[in-house]
Amino acid sequence: MANQSALSLFTAQCRRDLRLSLRRRGDIAQPILFAIMVITLFTLATSAEPKKLAELAPGIIWVAILLSSLLSLDAIYRSDFEDGSLEQMLMAPAPLALLIGARILVHWLSAVMPLVVLTPLFAQMLFLPSNLLAPLMISLVVGTPLISLVGAVIAALTVGIRHSGMLLALLALPLYVPILVFGAGAVVAASQGFAWLGAISLLGAGLVIAIVLAPVAAAAAIKISLT
Amino acid sequence: MNDFLTNSIVLEVKQLSYFRNEEKIFGPIDFSLNGGKALLITGDNGSGKTTLLRVLSGLLRAQSGEIIASKSGQTYSDLSHACAYLAHKPGHKSELSCVENLEYLQIIFDQVKPELIEPALNKVGLSGYEDTPAKQLSAGQNKRLGLARLLLSQSPCWLLDEPYANLDLQGIELVNRLIQEHTECGGAVLLTTHGAYAAPAVPCQTLVLANVRTDR
Repeated sequence: MANQSALSLFTAQCRRDLRLSLRRRGDIAQPILFAIMVITLFTLATSAEPKKLAELAPGIIWVAILLSSLLSLDAIYRSDFEDGSLEQMLMAPAPLALLIGARILVHWLSAVMPLVVLTPLFAQMLFLPSNLLAPLMISLVVGTPLISLVGAVIAALTVGIRHSGMLLALLALPLYVPILVFGAGAVVAASQGFAWLGAISLLGAGLVIAIVLAPVAAAAAIKISLT
Repeated sequence: MNDFLTNSIVLEVKQLSYFRNEEKIFGPIDFSLNGGKALLITGDNGSGKTTLLRVLSGLLRAQSGEIIASKSGQTYSDLSHACAYLAHKPGHKSELSCVENLEYLQIIFDQVKPELIEPALNKVGLSGYEDTPAKQLSAGQNKRLGLARLLLSQSPCWLLDEPYANLDLQGIELVNRLIQEHTECGGAVLLTTHGAYAAPAVPCQTLVLANVRTDR
């Protein structure tokens, strides 16, 4: 890499991917609709008692967001794989991990962050007590990027496989369990008046590790699955 | 534009073979190609033409044999830095316009020269389509966009996988003209074809890949 700084590569990749997601607006709407569906159906299927719903709310919102981001996981590399862009990225002198890092960031921004932004609405739908909204939001802000980063590594492993959805879910779920336990657990702890920042700190530590390692691991996995 | 090619590339391939799951796809192959020449790789379907190009592009790693690419005595540490690869897949995003695609590729390939984009598009016959999303282009025009990418890549060695597919007569002429210009500047071109098209009017070597797979 003679002339291009890491920053300009990162921004070029972000710019490309943001443009792409703006031009495929339907893809942004899909995870939102899915999460709204899960939450609405949940309220219909269980009792409509505000007190009971409020108890379940943190868990329902976390599960809805987790499953909806699992659905969009496959899309991180699929189009780049299908149109040969991934091959060009592999051949380019630019470090692949950097490009993949930008790709994951934009995926989180376009597929997961809208859900976090809509969480106050979800919380209203489920009668979540207003004092729990802050812990819920914080746990999601720290937890969902971790979900995207871990998911990106697994999606990279399955990138060349057709109909990889099943495999992806099987591989991702066990890794998502601790994130869910700490994330939703923090909100439950807050609702019972316990200290809840500990779980968030652990998620934060995981996030920091993942930010450093996941793009590198994903790039290595892509190289393996394409060769 | 092609000042980088004053010292031409030399590509040497020795005893190269590639196996997929213990099954031999091609090889062993020996050839050496100097800049200024084209290598026409022919062979039946399934004889490993595409695989050979992917190995040469550095996307696949061969199990045995070696490939040495060197220019003015300097050996490339990474094959993919010496080669530009035009495959069946377009290699650009259909939602982005021609210029947006090329700008992005220039950045990741460390060849940022925005002033060259316009002439390259002119050359491949896509002037007037600068801001058209690639999905509105025909298959042949997408191929032409891929050719523009090759021009901008400034790579000494072009790997063209069935470059004539989807192209009209002018397109075929265009490919031949680009190959001619590239070789005249000292570049090397490897192209696969199943032989239905005329070869470019440049010094040509031919490599015939035999179907080495045992019949099942």
